[in-house]
Amino acid sequence: MTLDLLRFTTAGAVDDGKSTLIGRLLFDSKQVFEDQLEHVAAASERRGGEGVLDLALLTDGLRAEREQGITIDVAYRYFATPVRRFIIADCPGHRQYTRNMVTGASTADLAVVLVDARRGVTEQSKRHAFISALLGIPRMVVAINKMDLVEHSQARFDELVAEFADFAAGLGAITGRRAPDGVGADSAGQAAAISYIPISALNGDNVVERSRTMAWYDGPALLELLEQVEVAYDHPFDRPARFPVQWVIRPGAGISVGVDRDAGAGAADADYRGYAGQLASGALRRGDEVAVLPSGGRTRIAAIDTYDGELDEALAPMSLTLRLEDELDISRGELICRPDEAATVARELAADVCWMTDKPLRAGGRYALKHTSRSATAIVDRIEDLVDVHTLRRSQPADELALNDIGRVHLRTNVPLAFDAYTSNRRTGSFILIDESSNETVGAGLIAAPDG
Amino acid sequence: MAVATRPQLSHLRALESEAIHVMREVAAEFEKPVLLFSGGKDSIVLLRLAEKAFRPAPFPFPLMHVDTGHNFPEVIEFRDRRVAELGERLIVASVQESIDSGRVVEETGPRASRNQLQTVTLLDALAEHGFDAAFGGARRDEERARAKERVFSFRDDFGQWDPKNQRPELWNLYNGRIRKGENVRVFPISNWTELDVWEYIDSEGLEVPSIYFSHVRDVFRRDGMLYAWREGTELIDGEEVFSETVRYRTVGDMSCTGGVLSQASTLEEVVVEIAATRITERGETRADDRVSEAAMEDRKKAGYF
Repeated sequence: MTLDLLRFTTAGAVDDGKSTLIGRLLFDSKQVFEDQLEHVAAASERRGGEGVLDLALLTDGLRAEREQGITIDVAYRYFATPVRRFIIADCPGHRQYTRNMVTGASTADLAVVLVDARRGVTEQSKRHAFISALLGIPRMVVAINKMDLVEHSQARFDELVAEFADFAAGLGAITGRRAPDGVGADSAGQAAAISYIPISALNGDNVVERSRTMAWYDGPALLELLEQVEVAYDHPFDRPARFPVQWVIRPGAGISVGVDRDAGAGAADADYRGYAGQLASGALRRGDEVAVLPSGGRTRIAAIDTYDGELDEALAPMSLTLRLEDELDISRGELICRPDEAATVARELAADVCWMTDKPLRAGGRYALKHTSRSATAIVDRIEDLVDVHTLRRSQPADELALNDIGRVHLRTNVPLAFDAYTSNRRTGSFILIDESSNETVGAGLIAAPDG
Repeated sequence: MAVATRPQLSHLRALESEAIHVMREVAAEFEKPVLLFSGGKDSIVLLRLAEKAFRPAPFPFPLMHVDTGHNFPEVIEFRDRRVAELGERLIVASVQESIDSGRVVEETGPRASRNQLQTVTLLDALAEHGFDAAFGGARRDEERARAKERVFSFRDDFGQWDPKNQRPELWNLYNGRIRKGENVRVFPISNWTELDVWEYIDSEGLEVPSIYFSHVRDVFRRDGMLYAWREGTELIDGEEVFSETVRYRTVGDMSCTGGVLSQASTLEEVVVEIAATRITERGETRADDRVSEAAMEDRKKAGYF
């Protein structure tokens, strides 16, 4: 069974036709509404394009973007075909590129990497491929665009495919993933499977319809591939169960902090005590023995509650409420899992951190950290290395991570965290760092391993 | 573990689960959240999601409606009935009171609307009650500025949205840290489309106000839209009132929300109609977005929903 909701990300440099490609996908799959089309036609005309629809204008949402003809921030697009629904995280390639690409990639099942057929595999396309691989996106499609400007040359396409494949071969080593073991490979710890498609977003070749001008290419058009590609869901089922407690439901305990209320709904269930959260991965069954981390308490699942009734079994990514057989003191931020496949509990860890703000990250720095539903304070012990995206090598120890840098960082936290390596679990292997004075989100962390 | 077939959640259940997760994060991380309930379809979905997130307990926040005084009576009647069914508490913030107290000045003329005035009433009410987070039913597919907005949308102490300087939002980790006086607008159904909303209402068997279904109403045509005529409406030369069979795709202020010609009188028929439509809901029905190319962006920057 393929999933009926596919989240994918696109990124590319200025002028490589990303907005045009998305516009083309929406337009050719008849997902552009008449009033949006009128708007694009009017705006195209104002910008001097006579009778030509500038499809890029479909995706530029903010005034400054339309005025400057650039894309500033990640935008989310929605479209559907009879086969699947799609959410596109459309990431600009130039300004704050790492920040935007990492954001878009963090929730994606598939990445479309654009390569300009004339300019070849640029640093920008490499950076996007690297970030997609680092963020664990299970599938990658390399769309070699502007084929119309290289005379639809198969030789040029083959040359670029070889060049990209050569680069991509190094991605597994630096992101800690094994090479994929087959076309449908998507299990934990594997590098993405890559497909290559020659396209012309401007003319629509191989975007929705297969191209007649590139008969030498016998693969699917981009949309066909997006409709058919098999991707493990964001929360795969064949992984250990992970249930971070978000919220404790106790109707009898006056949980509604700060809200004046009359005794209302639910007052009858005074003895009810349920642990609410979203199952991050795996499955849980009624009667399962579970461990609560980091406290280490053991009990069994008495019931799996949802608004629509009790369940015998729950699967990721369902939101649900667990009742447990024993009364343990469990609060928000704790992790419920099976004792024989427990997460790692530690206060020291190593992680690849993507830095997203001007003020650099340095050893000794102190940040608020959010990991699953747990909030903590983290102190940076040292920066082990910095990743060179061009060569895919890790440099020697670094003094700081600057804006858009990615490097291996060692952290200590004030409370223990229950986590997995990011390569085996995106939900329990990720965290964000927050500047304690500005409250800005300044870093994205992918946990490599416990430290020490 | 080899599994022959992998059971998966339908896209609607996946969106539902994501939204419930967002609501619980807000309940846990903010001191005093509020849920903005207008009686419209999107906030009707929010109420069901809140039930799924927090029952059997009461909601850990009250509901609030910014009432322009020009709402459809059918919607106000529905609003009060739904709130009573839920046994939850509703706060009504009144634009009329903002006008009476001199906080805002009523627009005049036949095109007068209270749409802009709502922003002041909303910001005043958030400050008065000390709400630090407000759930809204906005979706990213609605409008091009909203396509860029975060699920947790930070507002400074003037209530302003800065679209060029938003916090990055990664995985399902939301940064809810704010200073006193600042607030966050939270949009749990950001990733839903209009069709998703209707399919969800249908699958959950939720009641919606009667104006969402086709009915005969006195209307007049202005700028290509069919507006409801009511006592006191000022007509411009050449406009006349006539009867038409319409329904509403969005529920806003009567003064700026147009009806659409429709025979859809059941939820199933509405779903079929929405699946086939070639015009966006705001493009078809909302005069407030027609002011300029960036009308929504400008209103949001000023603190609008």
